[in-house]
Amino acid sequence: MARITAGVSTSHIPAVGAAIDLGKMEEDYWKPVFKGYEFSKDWMKRNTPDVVLLVYNDHASAFDLSFVPTFAIGCAGEFQPADEGWGPRKVPTVQGHPELASHIAQSVILDEFDLTVVNEMDVDHGLTVPMSLMFGQPDAWPCKVIPIAVNVVVYPPPTGNRCYQLGKALSRAVGSFDEDLNIQIWGTGGMSHQLQGPRAGLINKEFDAHFLDKLVSDPENLAQMPHVDYMREAGSEGVELVMWFVMRGALNAEVEQVHRFYHVPASNTAVGHLILENPDATP
Amino acid sequence: MALEKPYKDVPGTTIFDADMLRLGYHLNQFCMSLMKSENRDRFFADQKAYLDEWPMTEDQKQAILDRDYNRMISLGGNIYFLAKIFSSDGQSFQFAAATMTGMTQQQYAEMMINGGRSADGNRYIGEQE
Repeated sequence: MARITAGVSTSHIPAVGAAIDLGKMEEDYWKPVFKGYEFSKDWMKRNTPDVVLLVYNDHASAFDLSFVPTFAIGCAGEFQPADEGWGPRKVPTVQGHPELASHIAQSVILDEFDLTVVNEMDVDHGLTVPMSLMFGQPDAWPCKVIPIAVNVVVYPPPTGNRCYQLGKALSRAVGSFDEDLNIQIWGTGGMSHQLQGPRAGLINKEFDAHFLDKLVSDPENLAQMPHVDYMREAGSEGVELVMWFVMRGALNAEVEQVHRFYHVPASNTAVGHLILENPDATP
Repeated sequence: MALEKPYKDVPGTTIFDADMLRLGYHLNQFCMSLMKSENRDRFFADQKAYLDEWPMTEDQKQAILDRDYNRMISLGGNIYFLAKIFSSDGQSFQFAAATMTGMTQQQYAEMMINGGRSADGNRYIGEQE
């Protein structure tokens, strides 16, 4: 039986991807960012999953305004890095898991979570930067990935609670897949940041620290926070944090926090990162 | 009943909702076209001529030619779509964000290194200095 063994949350800042791709990781500005992921890369070597369910948002790459799926699941066999205006990132092609993805889609739709099924799409920095942070720069990615895209570009995104409940449905779906697979779920985006308008550059360390605390210890209450609170307190793009609830909802109520990292700034953004293990899911 | 917009009192912030989407639909779709290198080449060969192929207002086209990101946002541009313009220009998100705040990129980068713009005094319209 497939089972979810751990969750990872991390920011997915494009400048972090550029710093990796351009070999700037040892520069004074970037060093503290990447130092926070040294533990993670080591942990990942010891805990490489078969498949990652990678929750992220597309940044006007695969989806333009002609259609805006609130939740979408990538069921293709592979996904190419998107050209976001400066050429595609030179990272390996992302390998999907069509059988598991189709199983999950069927399971959660019949469980009343109506995901859009996507059979062809490119994946942008929202998906590939977390992979670079967790896996480094391999010639091929060490596991398969099922992209789960959440709309946070056009208001309103799904609520935190809806994301949390989707995580629970994903966990049920994984639990009914026959093949013996070690699965992780990642939630990406955030933390506090605002990329637009005269208020650009907003950072709220207190908000972020509280969010990191409560996501681990009291996610059900935290998931009730309305969108406007994210926008006001954590910046207009801080609302991406709703995606972390999909990750948290897919894990057990009680989790073991094995890593926590926070740093300001990376470009415009506060970097936040958690690794949470499901205690009873040793592979 | 009009759409509820509880975020209208957040200062210096435009939320990309359904009304902004309608206003900026073609502006944003133009931005998407810059994801293809052949379109980038055509755009840079003659920016005005390329913009004239799109059913945008003259105000929207002028804002693009001026690289006035606040103006583009007020006319329905969404930052993730507008990113295709400054990425095609070879500029970073930090460069674009700095231009929207009226700071130089250097001043903006220093503000970020010092912990960013505080939420205090920036939560509601009217409370900023």
